[in-house]
Amino acid sequence: MATPNVPLWEVFIRSRNGLAHKHVGSLHAADSTLALQAARDIYTRRGEGLSIWVVPSNAITASDPSEKGMMFEPAESKIYRHPTFYDVPDEVGHM
Amino acid sequence: MYTQALNSSDGDDRGVEDVARASQFQARIDADERIEPNDWMPAAYRKTLTRQISQHAHSEIVGMLPEGNWITRAPSLRRKAALLAKVQDECGHGLYLYAAAETLGTSREELVDGMLSGKAKYSSIFNYPTLTWADIGTIGWLVDGAAIMNQIPLCRCSYGPYARAMIRVCKEESFHQRQGFEIMVTLCRGTAEQKAMAQNALDRWWWPVLMMFGPPDQVSQHSDTSTKWKIKRFSNDELRQKFIDATVPQAEFLGLTIPDPGTKQNENGNWVHSPIDWDEFKQVLAGNGPCNRDRLAARRKAHDEGAWVREAAMAYAEKRKSRQLAQAAE
Repeated sequence: MATPNVPLWEVFIRSRNGLAHKHVGSLHAADSTLALQAARDIYTRRGEGLSIWVVPSNAITASDPSEKGMMFEPAESKIYRHPTFYDVPDEVGHM
Repeated sequence: MYTQALNSSDGDDRGVEDVARASQFQARIDADERIEPNDWMPAAYRKTLTRQISQHAHSEIVGMLPEGNWITRAPSLRRKAALLAKVQDECGHGLYLYAAAETLGTSREELVDGMLSGKAKYSSIFNYPTLTWADIGTIGWLVDGAAIMNQIPLCRCSYGPYARAMIRVCKEESFHQRQGFEIMVTLCRGTAEQKAMAQNALDRWWWPVLMMFGPPDQVSQHSDTSTKWKIKRFSNDELRQKFIDATVPQAEFLGLTIPDPGTKQNENGNWVHSPIDWDEFKQVLAGNGPCNRDRLAARRKAHDEGAWVREAAMAYAEKRKSRQLAQAAE
């Protein structure tokens, strides 16, 4: 009764509000055409999107969560990259 | 829609785990951090969640059957379109949940085969028959209503993929409950026969719906670990109470009678109920409910009859892939 394995795809949808494609979930489909159709049926039943990307899950290279400390360390100490690091006199108002 | 509190946690093998990692893990949970698929987690956490999420997914899929029964017999085009959309949503919910369960390392095929072989459980409520059109209204009103009570706290569950799936599910679920209640309102404002049909459906569904929340707190000894892991945020009895308190006034609005003479308000304003027949619940879970065999047979039939489609789609994908490779080699 075992069922053969069907490839896994990651689904990205661009919503109406003009934002970038955003990951919404995954699904199984034999090929990219079926993956797109299934993505429409599963993830856009209420007009959630204007564009869909499907990407084979095994094509994604991900950072290792156990190394996130080292990975993101360079940004940790650079508070001068944020606008609030800089003092602007109150008289100047909003900047 | 319908996770049921029949999930017990496996607390047993926790002592064997790396103690330092386990305490780090608990610290993350306590700090309300989300656990993600590739993060370290205790084996028992993985096992508990795999079982709970896949049972939840099976419930969505099996849950399509009792309602699907009425799609071709809906009393109007409006009702038919709404019911069809609702059943499609249940399918979608099942698929979000399977995808979330798979991130814990069990394949979709194994999960589905577990349900088809009868090894994995699904919500007991779907082993009851839908005898009249009023059952469709009652399912939306009560079964989906109970499911929403159960599912809203799951949007804050510690496991990221499950919580995210539940957010999507909950957004869609509210339409289900409202369409059910609308059917009930229409029947209750209709002829005497229609109203009697609504009362009859409530009579049959009330107790099974109360059972959806799972055994009473004093006998569900496994909730502790799930609570500690923030998989479960409210106890079975707390959720059941919330549901009854919300539902009794709705029944009053409809002019229907809760089929329990013990239904009365206590001094705190909570509605109390008579004891629940937990033997019936156990029987249904053990496979002896009115429709257990029908439900599994229908799922197996659909799975077997769809086999050639899955095989053909895979064969076509393989053929196209090899053709592309051959063209690239030229």
